Amino acid sequence: MPSKTTVIDEVPKAPPQKGSLRSGLRKSYQSGTLTTLLLFLPPALVLFSLFVILPVGEASYFSFFNWNGYGHPNKWIDFENYLRVFADPVFLQSLGNNGLVILVSAFIQVPLALWVALLIADRTRSSVVFRAIFFVPYILADVVAGLIWRYLYDGDYGLVGTIFRWFGLDAPQVLAEVGWATAALLLVVVWKYFGFHMALFIAGRQNVPYDVIESARIDGASRWKITRFIVLPLMRPVVVLSLFFSLLGSLQLFDLIIALTGGGPLNSSHSAVSYLYTFGIRRMRVGFGSAVGVVLFIICVLVMLFYKRIFMRESSTK
Amino acid sequence: MKSFFSYYRWLVLLAVASFCLVPLWATVIGGFKTSGDLRTNALGLPRQWIVENYISIVSTPRFWQMLWNSAVIATFTVVLTLIVSSLAAYTLAHLRFAGRKWISNYLTLGLTFPFATAVLPVFIRVRDLGLLDTYWGVILPQVAFNLSFSIVLLRSFFAELPKELFEAATMDGCSYPRIFLRITLPLSRPILATVGVLALVGSWNNFLLPLVTINDDSVYPWPLGIMQYQGQYGTDWGKVLAFVTLTMIPAITLYLMAQKQVIAGLTSGAVKG
Repeated sequence: MPSKTTVIDEVPKAPPQKGSLRSGLRKSYQSGTLTTLLLFLPPALVLFSLFVILPVGEASYFSFFNWNGYGHPNKWIDFENYLRVFADPVFLQSLGNNGLVILVSAFIQVPLALWVALLIADRTRSSVVFRAIFFVPYILADVVAGLIWRYLYDGDYGLVGTIFRWFGLDAPQVLAEVGWATAALLLVVVWKYFGFHMALFIAGRQNVPYDVIESARIDGASRWKITRFIVLPLMRPVVVLSLFFSLLGSLQLFDLIIALTGGGPLNSSHSAVSYLYTFGIRRMRVGFGSAVGVVLFIICVLVMLFYKRIFMRESSTK
Repeated sequence: MKSFFSYYRWLVLLAVASFCLVPLWATVIGGFKTSGDLRTNALGLPRQWIVENYISIVSTPRFWQMLWNSAVIATFTVVLTLIVSSLAAYTLAHLRFAGRKWISNYLTLGLTFPFATAVLPVFIRVRDLGLLDTYWGVILPQVAFNLSFSIVLLRSFFAELPKELFEAATMDGCSYPRIFLRITLPLSRPILATVGVLALVGSWNNFLLPLVTINDDSVYPWPLGIMQYQGQYGTDWGKVLAFVTLTMIPAITLYLMAQKQVIAGLTSGAVKG
């Protein structure tokens, strides 16, 4: 997050304040500043403008055209693309799936991560080893995670097949059934990302001051009471942060879906981004795809504002 | 009471650990199995160890080409991300100039939206620059999308460096670029490692961008290659699992070698955000 600079920018020739680093530099190297700026800033500004800011602007421009990406966009169709996006049940379901990911994350993944993190936040040898293990799924590429689980879910081979045969049953093809495929995806999301949240919580737990816990213990508080009334309340900001990452992560979910289900069956397991890819990019519907991108952008900005509000409130009540 | 907690703790931890590891175990071991074995015996050791799956993959030049492509793209992405973002972060942390706040806000705008929003226009830009099917078509957008976050991390670290050092250097007549090279960078190794790991892992695993800008399979980075391989062999899982296992090796090696930096890098959003 951009840190807030409260100092008003001064022009280079303003009188130096005593003792401040910047003014010291300024005094001695008045002329060097400009050269340094001209050397140091342009690479970032050019790259960033060319591949980040301009494309986002262009996406909102293209979204008003019917355009296949060749020549110049010239078929202006007003809000047609947006209307089509929101009239498409597949898109709405994709957004719904994003919502499901967020729910599962909030009600299963984050609590699981928190629970586990509290068990291994100390520095014993076993905790260190478990911590290392739990983080492993997170370092793997999403496509790898997707393919591994595609195998595990394969009813003919895989783990699901084996387990069903233990009970003498025919295994279902989990990924080929509407509903089950999405549920299967949610499990993989938990598997893949809970280690990340756990790492956040461990860092958060280690920031809880030791003497607070120690004095509660001396006063005779039980382990559960210490966790419930001291540790958890102090970790609230980390939980909020972790939920925020789940939200943003869900809105980016793509590779995993392509590798696991490809969005199927019957386009039932898409996320917003895999929808964008399948219906915008693969068919070179630049205008339509851009409209989806803009919708995603707006959702992200809203999430950001929402988070900031919550976070501000959190820190102001401290 | 204490022993009850410790039993409970071990029980939970072992259950979660097997949830994490069983899929990986089944994958690694699956690469050594025949098709029939895979069908009936997902978890156990192979009845008959076969190495053909692994051998056939490592003996194709295409496999190595893919890893090479990914390695080149990742190297350039990391180096350029570090150079470009530390230069900008340095000016924003240490120099006073008109419009500093404006530029700083501008460069951090990238924190607000997902890459997918820009993906179509990025594709068109890369195409119009003639960079489709080249490493640069992946590297440059990756670096650009890394900038915002890297600059935020680096700037806050740079700003916290002890200012006496800079004052002394200025007294001795050291220019800004020299201060940057001789003082700021050497003192900032931990944060450079964090930013580097983040850029490295992001680039190594990136899928959507190369999927859009690379069509020629001789330039494929490995995530595209693995999907192509899977498409080719379908449910010949022995082969696919061997391939998956081989591609996990670099990631796991890096993790084991630099666990601290990797975890710090991948969770840096929380620490410094």
